[in-house]
Amino acid sequence: MTTLKLDQVSKLYRSTSRDGGLTPALRKVSFEMKPGEVISLIGESGSGKTTIGKVLLRLTKPTSGTVTFDGKDIQSYSGRGLKDYYRQVQGVFQDPFSSYNPIYRADRVYDLVRGSYFPNVGDKEWSAKVEAALDAVALNPGDVLGKYPHQLSGGQQQRLLIARALLLDVKVLVADEIISMLDASTRVDVLNLLVKLKRQGLAILFITHDLSLGNYVSDRTIILRHGAIAEMGATEKIFGNPQHEYTKMLLTAVPELHKKWQHAPLEEVAVSASGNGLNGSGADVIATDAPASRLAQASILDEITHAEQVVKRDLRAIFGGNRAAASGKSQVAVALEPPALHEFEPDHLVAEPE
Amino acid sequence: MSVNVENLSVAYRSRRGDVTAVDNVSFSLADGEIMGLAGESGSGKSTLGNALVYLDPRMKATGGRVTVDGRELPIANNNAMRPRRMTEVSLVPQYAMSALTPTRKIGKLINDLLKSHHVKDRDEVYTELRRRLALIGLKEDVLSKYSFELSGGMRQRVTIIMSTLLNPSLLVADEVTSALDVSSQRAVGEMLIEFRDRGYIKSAITITHDLSILAQIADSIAIMYAGRLAERAPTSVLVDSPLHPYTQALLNSLPEVGVRHDQVTLTGIPGRPPSLVNPPAGCRFRERCPFAFAKCVETPPFEEIKPGHLVACWKVSQEHADMAGTGQGLPVREKV
Amino acid sequence: MSESISQAPAPEVAATGLPGGAAEAPAPRKRNEFVYYGLRNPKLLFGLTVETLLVLAAIIAPFFAKYAPLTTTNIPIQHPGGTFWLGTDLNGYDMYSQLSNGLRESYLIGALGAAFATAVGLVIGFLAGWRGGWLDEILQLITNVLVMIPSLVLLIVIGSYLTSRSILFEGAFIGLTTWPWVARAVRAQTFSLRSREYVDLARLSGKRPVSIIVKEIAPNMASYLFLVVILLFGSSMLIAASYDFLGLGPSQTVSLGYMMNQAANNSALFYHMWWVFIPPGAVLALMVVALLIANVGLDEVFNPKLRES
Repeated sequence: MTTLKLDQVSKLYRSTSRDGGLTPALRKVSFEMKPGEVISLIGESGSGKTTIGKVLLRLTKPTSGTVTFDGKDIQSYSGRGLKDYYRQVQGVFQDPFSSYNPIYRADRVYDLVRGSYFPNVGDKEWSAKVEAALDAVALNPGDVLGKYPHQLSGGQQQRLLIARALLLDVKVLVADEIISMLDASTRVDVLNLLVKLKRQGLAILFITHDLSLGNYVSDRTIILRHGAIAEMGATEKIFGNPQHEYTKMLLTAVPELHKKWQHAPLEEVAVSASGNGLNGSGADVIATDAPASRLAQASILDEITHAEQVVKRDLRAIFGGNRAAASGKSQVAVALEPPALHEFEPDHLVAEPE
Repeated sequence: MSVNVENLSVAYRSRRGDVTAVDNVSFSLADGEIMGLAGESGSGKSTLGNALVYLDPRMKATGGRVTVDGRELPIANNNAMRPRRMTEVSLVPQYAMSALTPTRKIGKLINDLLKSHHVKDRDEVYTELRRRLALIGLKEDVLSKYSFELSGGMRQRVTIIMSTLLNPSLLVADEVTSALDVSSQRAVGEMLIEFRDRGYIKSAITITHDLSILAQIADSIAIMYAGRLAERAPTSVLVDSPLHPYTQALLNSLPEVGVRHDQVTLTGIPGRPPSLVNPPAGCRFRERCPFAFAKCVETPPFEEIKPGHLVACWKVSQEHADMAGTGQGLPVREKV
Repeated sequence: MSESISQAPAPEVAATGLPGGAAEAPAPRKRNEFVYYGLRNPKLLFGLTVETLLVLAAIIAPFFAKYAPLTTTNIPIQHPGGTFWLGTDLNGYDMYSQLSNGLRESYLIGALGAAFATAVGLVIGFLAGWRGGWLDEILQLITNVLVMIPSLVLLIVIGSYLTSRSILFEGAFIGLTTWPWVARAVRAQTFSLRSREYVDLARLSGKRPVSIIVKEIAPNMASYLFLVVILLFGSSMLIAASYDFLGLGPSQTVSLGYMMNQAANNSALFYHMWWVFIPPGAVLALMVVALLIANVGLDEVFNPKLRES
């Protein structure tokens, strides 16, 4: 069984801010992708979800940890080995239009694949292959072949790119926010396509910030926060019975068609704002006598997100000084240490609060 | 009526001919109403909303009129509009939060804005500014920060504060929640409601493609398709019992939290919106509409089916006429 | 400087509400669009016309010269008209012959200089932009050092070791001292373009860096590069003229700068011999100005945002 496995993958960036701190984009992330399974990787901006996609696609190198495909470390591939890797692992990105070189026709992306992987295939055989792939994504060859990218709609562009992955012998597909730039009426079609491909045995990593999409399409869900896993497990368990505070916050903030936003009683909210709950840094975000408006509650959510981002940027605020000295490890090691994961129930892991 | 739009049409010239991006649109907003203007790409919603405040020089208003608080709004005349912007009508353009100059502090940007609108009593305005910042939970030191030091949600809220500082009657907010994280979306949405509740703005038009946000913050929703209004109704009515086939199909294609593919299979709408260079005659949705029939080659009127509920669809009009004839109520469509 | 290729708005977020890519008739291709706007741009047309005429003159005019440019006619100080269309100078050289040949030489040196500069600048710019890291740092160091070195002094020093200088030498020298401008432009554009998603996609299709640079990145900066090369061409001609004016030009070669050098040495101004000192300067100015005007027009054609509707 082919598997793509991440083992303690970390990625550290040297930040460009004035204090020159370190930004951990990923902190010892570990999970496994199996055939026929869609995993939703849910996270907000800055969570590191795109970085995972890039690491899996060998577009960026992890600072530590390994990614193994069928037991072999993907960083060890080069040249032909890398080409073979790409035959089995492919990606589709968020902005379909940007994935095409605007000066060439859209189907040139297929010619690139042909040139690299099928140099000896005849024209007729190639056309048949292309048409089969287009058929699998419900595209009419007459509608899309020979056109320039700006002549196609977003949905068509995106499906063309998925079909491209199908031309190869792909086992794993990394789908990074692939429908966020599509119209609502075409999103669901692409999602249904992913489900269809999954049933045919493809392993799909569906990276998104949209919880309802993740819920619709995936078997397993990973909630990513600050580069570390906050909660992970079977989708119904995560969405049905969320345990981590962050997951719960995401679910309350999501706008739904038939349910208005809940407004918790003001006292409850004030406590969590000045307490330690989500805001581990202890920075005072809102004065304790919060204004009597539901705005405050919503602002608290936003502020907490922002505070978290600030916290992320200024590593020393949380991880600096005492903690590092006490444990005797280097600051980098402390920075990369994610909160530990505990098993809440089978197939449902929850991280400790940070 | 706070805002009244009558038969507004906006077109622009392209190399392939004149394109009517907004075609004969009429609607009105009551005082204190937040209307959501929803639609997909090419629907004209952005053009419509922006035209009410700032008509892009490449566009021209080819018909209709707009009145705000009883006075006509000269949208085609840039000079006449200038004194009205920010004071009577205000706009938060799409991508505004990314357009804040990174080389000036927020406080200076606001100062520039006030100066360019010849605001005399700046101190009073500053006091009010501080009050509002505190209201939405932003600390005053935001004014001494640069835009890149703020998170996306904070930047967006700052742009909304800037646009509403002079208490306009109408605020047009173009995709203000689109590029934000879920928690920031909520903060921005609640902010719009709060500002309306406190009278900082009288009414607002929120332009977006995201119906679930509108379900939270809008009092009424108008759906646009290919330059025309398809349906307009109070939010709960539109979300629970939509009448226009396009609205129904759109709602049917939205996944909600808790819905999984093995429980319910959602479907999209096949096909694409028509090109507006040479739009098809009659109803523009008819090529993708499962209910299209002979009469659809004539343009359906945007008429009131029920109080406050307007639809442009021959099928709906006919059913309404039938029902009215037989004295029964309109059949409630199943919420799928 | 933004990419020359105008981005079509992503269907979901057409910023001004203009309808997205939905097109029934096949939309005109980018190159046709450039030709369309190009033919309607007055600056480009003016500049192109003048430049074309001058190039034609450079090619054809020397054939009509009755005398070789550096062979004296023994009839000095002749006003233009009659036998000598542009008169002769203090030493009896035929001005028409010198001007037409000089025009040709100036274009040649300009082209050579631009060619060398572009070749070196492209390689260094792509290398630095694609790889980044320490290679980029080193190349930037070299570039900055080169920019600082006063080329005139360098030319004098090197020139003094050579018995004679050829056009090739001058062209190469100018090229090798002006490539930083090209390199910087190419590096900046490469940095920006290499993080595009279509470059990632090419990598995911198993393409090698050289192939990606040549086929994905370079074409997307082609129009920008074109503009830079045109500017380089113009500055090359001016720099050559200045060297020649100072007497550092190729030996035994008549160029516009050489003519001005002779005019100054022989006090043509003092003697009111306008036909000796005005034509070379005027022609040189016209060559460069026409080029620059065409450049501005071309920039408008490539960059839709600059077009006045």
